[in-house]
Amino acid sequence: MEYKGWDQVEAGAVLPSFSQKSCDVVNQKQEERNYADTNSYTASVSDWRVFKPVFNKDVCIDCQNCWVFCPDTAIVSRDKAMLGIDYDHCKGCGICAEVCPTNPKSLIMFFENEENEEVLSQWPEKKKKEK
Amino acid sequence: MSKIIKNLKQFSTSNDRFEGAHLLCPGCAHSIIVRELLNCTDDNLVIANATGCLEVCTAVYPHTSWDASWIHIGFENAATAASGAEAMYKTLKRKGRLKDPNKPVKFVAFGGDGATYDIGFQFLSGAVERGHDFTYICLDNEVYANTGGQRSSSTPRGASTTTTPAGRVSYGNKKYKKDMVAIMAAHGAPYVAQVAPNKWKDMVKKYQKALATKGPVYINAMSACTTEWKFPADKTIDISDMGTDSLVFPLYEIENGTKLTITYRPKNIVPVRDYLGVQGRFKHLFKKENEHVIEEMQKAVNEKWELLQRREEVGV
Repeated sequence: MEYKGWDQVEAGAVLPSFSQKSCDVVNQKQEERNYADTNSYTASVSDWRVFKPVFNKDVCIDCQNCWVFCPDTAIVSRDKAMLGIDYDHCKGCGICAEVCPTNPKSLIMFFENEENEEVLSQWPEKKKKEK
Repeated sequence: MSKIIKNLKQFSTSNDRFEGAHLLCPGCAHSIIVRELLNCTDDNLVIANATGCLEVCTAVYPHTSWDASWIHIGFENAATAASGAEAMYKTLKRKGRLKDPNKPVKFVAFGGDGATYDIGFQFLSGAVERGHDFTYICLDNEVYANTGGQRSSSTPRGASTTTTPAGRVSYGNKKYKKDMVAIMAAHGAPYVAQVAPNKWKDMVKKYQKALATKGPVYINAMSACTTEWKFPADKTIDISDMGTDSLVFPLYEIENGTKLTITYRPKNIVPVRDYLGVQGRFKHLFKKENEHVIEEMQKAVNEKWELLQRREEVGV
């Protein structure tokens, strides 16, 4: 999108969230909405990340703890199932990995430059409970 | 019409109206609190936002993170903007000039603790006294986080901030935290509550009750700040857990200024020392000469909890 200079921005500016008139946002999924360029959904903060969460579908129990506690709306959940991570919006805070209740965790933080496939093939085994 | 939320799986089918790629710090609890408010209702929302972290980070030109009507206003008058919008809505409805008069609209104001406890106090007090139908949510991170961590009247005793630094002669902030919930209850507001992001169900229940209540509602939301409380970004929920379990942030609600209900009783009460120990801003309290502050704090927390329990028992 085209950015305006500091002297071209009008005072009391309005930033529209949608490109067309939207009345029924509550019933639209994010991919169905017609976002405007000025909506932060179209932006990305992926360069903030040092660690990234990696999602392992085989271990996940769809408890949705990560969805409710994600501060960046970066957990994609549809129809009560966890689908994955929106890496455009994830800042790598690590809350999702922290609140994940499964054993081993289905979300683990790795370095940003590691490959997802490689990491998934070396997923840690189930840990025994310490008594 | 309120949305029915039975469990987390069902809640997760809500379509987010608060978008990602805002510029709040990683691990900030503000966005957890705000997201839950936007997800817990299907009604149209008119949101007024005081200056503060939330405003500065969610509407950075040229992007906005809000899929609801949102207005940024000065530091002090989020409550004023919400009450003004509400008054105008009522007038337009009476004159029959609304396009869809049957569609419910809720008015919400967000403010940080600086905008609520200090700068916007008079305006909030006025709006509650006038009895406008709106919900005010204070995102209480106990410090002016946006401007670099100055103390506010919400900062607890013993915390080290940039204007009350701990050192050789001082143990940090010497004042006790202002009890805003009690002050708002004393206004006679129909519903006043305290919430924390780790107890999402309690939070959603209170939000829904707040939005359904006719009249001014005040909600104090504990919002752990990774930058100013000085803890790792992934510990936000853990710290909130400790805050509610150590009863530094007891979760309760007050209806009509009198009827107090405790909504969460921790099974194992954690000592306040543990809650302080995980945060960098209280690090200096563990020196020998400052230990008395922790004891005083524990005593104050115990007294407050005793008072809440007694008030609940008697129902006043």
